[in-house]
Amino acid sequence: MTTGIGNPVKRKEDRRFTTGRGRYTDDVRNDNQAYAAFVRSPHAHARVKSIDTKAALAMEGVIDVLNGKQLTGDGIGNLICGWAISSKDGSPMNMGAWSALATEKVRYVGDAVAVVIAETQALARIAAEAVEVDYETLPVAASLTAAMAKGAPQIHDNAPGNLIYDWGLGDEAAADAGLKAAKHVTTLDLTNNRLSPNPMEPRSAVASYDAAEEHYTLYTTSQNPHVARLVLSAFYNVAPEHKLRVIAPDVGGGFGSKIYIYPEEITCLWASMKTNRSVKWTSDRSEAFLTDMHGRDHVTTAQMGFDENGKITGFKVDTIANLGAYMSLFSSSVPTYLYAPLMSGQYDIQNIYCNVRAVYTNTVPVDAYRGAGRPEAAYLVERMMETAARELNMDPAELRRRNFVQSFPHQTPVLMAYDAGDFPKLLDMAQKSADVAGFPARKAEAAKRGKLRGLGYSTFIEACGLAPSKAAGSLGAGVGLWESAEVRVNPVGSIEVLTGSHSHGQGHETTFAQIVAERFDIPVENVSIVHGDTDKVQFGMGTYGSRSAPVGMSAVVKAMDKVEAKVKKIAAHALEASEDDLVIEGGAVKVKGTDKQMLWHEVGLAAYTAHNLPDGMEPGLKETAFFDPVNFSFPSGAFICEVEVDPDTGVTEIVQFVAADDFGTIINPMIVEGQVHGGVAQGIGQAMMEQVVYDDNGQLLTGSYMDYTMPRAADLPFYKVSHQVTPSPNNPLGVKGCGEAGAIGAPPAVINAITDAIGNNHLNMPATAHAVWQAIRAGKSAMAAE
Amino acid sequence: MELTGEYRIAAPRQQVWEALNDAEVLQACIPGCQELEKTSDTEMLAKVTLKIGPVKATFGGEVELVNIDAPKSYTIQGEGKGGIAGFAKGSADVVLAEDGDDTILTYNASAEVGGKLAQLGNRLIQSTARKLAAAFFDNFHERLNQSTPEDA
Repeated sequence: MTTGIGNPVKRKEDRRFTTGRGRYTDDVRNDNQAYAAFVRSPHAHARVKSIDTKAALAMEGVIDVLNGKQLTGDGIGNLICGWAISSKDGSPMNMGAWSALATEKVRYVGDAVAVVIAETQALARIAAEAVEVDYETLPVAASLTAAMAKGAPQIHDNAPGNLIYDWGLGDEAAADAGLKAAKHVTTLDLTNNRLSPNPMEPRSAVASYDAAEEHYTLYTTSQNPHVARLVLSAFYNVAPEHKLRVIAPDVGGGFGSKIYIYPEEITCLWASMKTNRSVKWTSDRSEAFLTDMHGRDHVTTAQMGFDENGKITGFKVDTIANLGAYMSLFSSSVPTYLYAPLMSGQYDIQNIYCNVRAVYTNTVPVDAYRGAGRPEAAYLVERMMETAARELNMDPAELRRRNFVQSFPHQTPVLMAYDAGDFPKLLDMAQKSADVAGFPARKAEAAKRGKLRGLGYSTFIEACGLAPSKAAGSLGAGVGLWESAEVRVNPVGSIEVLTGSHSHGQGHETTFAQIVAERFDIPVENVSIVHGDTDKVQFGMGTYGSRSAPVGMSAVVKAMDKVEAKVKKIAAHALEASEDDLVIEGGAVKVKGTDKQMLWHEVGLAAYTAHNLPDGMEPGLKETAFFDPVNFSFPSGAFICEVEVDPDTGVTEIVQFVAADDFGTIINPMIVEGQVHGGVAQGIGQAMMEQVVYDDNGQLLTGSYMDYTMPRAADLPFYKVSHQVTPSPNNPLGVKGCGEAGAIGAPPAVINAITDAIGNNHLNMPATAHAVWQAIRAGKSAMAAE
Repeated sequence: MELTGEYRIAAPRQQVWEALNDAEVLQACIPGCQELEKTSDTEMLAKVTLKIGPVKATFGGEVELVNIDAPKSYTIQGEGKGGIAGFAKGSADVVLAEDGDDTILTYNASAEVGGKLAQLGNRLIQSTARKLAAAFFDNFHERLNQSTPEDA
């Protein structure tokens, strides 16, 4: 079978995507379609004194103008953060109130205060401009420094000093003792730059209220439509779950930014009921920059201690995380449980302590973005290792090897139990692929051309397959993180798989079909994957955290186990054979060692005609399963980046990029390679180009592609991608997840390479030509001063 | 954003001062000014259309004269709202010094923009502001020359 597991099957969904036949939320057009435009604050912090809607309402074609007082008056609840984090002193996190339309105060530029519903999108936008909002501006805290300063403006009344929580993980005394006992301590101050997610398709929502049925339908750009329905129903009181259908049709990329429930969906649903019209809103790119949840934004100081043999004796981390003006849905978990438990990296470190303070600022909220917490951890750990190696005059690969975890499972002091891996072998593979042995000659040759050549490593680990529900619950998660699946064998033998995972670029319609094709030995064309509709799929927790393969596919496998058991019972009965003698292959159920068989579709038909089933068996052939993982999965990687820097201009070229990954079992190597390419591109974007900038007044200065640099093809090298397979023992397929690795592993490899080239460890992302040039100058003057 | 400049105007200080306090003169000289209405001796309502980079908007706002030390100096400050384009606010300290028959006008201005103006136009604000200031003083100079034909 050439379409089963391990084959580079071409993506089934690409035919419609590449011929313009994808159906996205904005393509939905209802008979009574009206359009929404939001009136947004131009101020980062202000009191809303009054909203004058007269001029807007007077315009022909304007249906209504609605505000936050009406919204809260109708009982629509505040937006919430679904992961409760407690401070070290036991106090709960300080979650400030967040209404979908601001009532008293606006807290970031772009905060919505009113919505115009009109007959056309253009008219709605023009009318939104005619809404007069009277603001009383307040002092602004747009940066961590400003928000944490004495006497800083208070953004939420219930968060004194703008502090959301002061949290810690690990054993502080042990980490201190480890550092004290160290022969050498490496200290670094790092920032993890703030990023804008920029999926190709902007966010959109189409909400319709059916007054006859008192029922809502929401089309939305979501990575997790069931979670959206649950939250909209249980917390925002928009409608009870059985009166709300959420559909996430084709979605053009998410990278985390479409996990959350945003004010716009809530407002559109409510407005559809208020106006009795279908209400559509689609973000434009400017609005996306202003209102899509941002990623990263950490400031960290860390110390790592080493003994005389280069073994790590202790690691202590102090991080401040900017969560923006409000706590988005999963924001609290990103700098805590998705970050600190990764501090052990690929290394056997006994003494770790990580302290994290989360802080409000007058900026758009910050939440998960491709990797979510794990890129921040990998960046820190891998820059520490490389810097330490330089300070210890050791080969950075050798320092890593001396500290690698050697046996599995491995329990770290920060919650995680690593499942499987072979870190030394993975690094061997990467070094060979990168021809590290030939690097000195390449460096010398580059020097002749006046270029500084550098090489940097990143040997990182991630925790994917979110997540064991019981463990997540004990750490504060508001939901379970299992996944569900239904496998329907139709009377003609074709198969539909209903999954709670959601595909928005990952290629699930192909890879999920491949595992079914493998199991029942039928062509992938006979399998279709149904996802993204709460009326079709029983339930699901959606796609993020590289969980679709380890969790979503595992649910499908469990359901297939049940289907197979029933298929064998039906066939054994019809063929008068023992179930144990049956094999499923070549499109049939066969009795081993005989020519007796039932064709696959004959089994399907038998199940539905029910003319000849074993006594007591229910007709039909469809099975449902829920899979709750027993552990995270732990993909690991060894990346090696090689750069050439022009010392006169700081212009840096990535001349080689090697990515050796261990994702466990690989379902479709072509899709996995694509995921690595995309992830590495985003990682290089973070390392060298991307940076969200607010001015001191909280005005977004990087509000368009003129000022926010995304990586383009010409900025990126050809990647050398390779794989090692150590299957995860914690799920039936042995998969680990591959969606985030590139974005997690690439930034430290790039910065380690550039700092190697320029001989100065003090360089923050993004390493633009200007920043590199300054670091070269600073390095020279530091040396001159010594 | 800070902006400073100096102009030599071929008119006596008193005349320059009066022109700087004359709503009609100001309206004619401020680039894109559609309305300027005096609401008191020191307050005016203004409507100005501006284009900064890709953003074009009409700003409505109040202008106020403070720190008046006639005929030597004042501070002109204002705040304008441009709807979805955002807002602009700023102030300028204007000082008039006599130099023979001429007047030396110096100004020291600061401005702040928000909303779409900042999001899309921030790179262009400094150069646009400089251009607008130059246009204003060119217009102002020309206007004063017109109103003093005896000097011609």
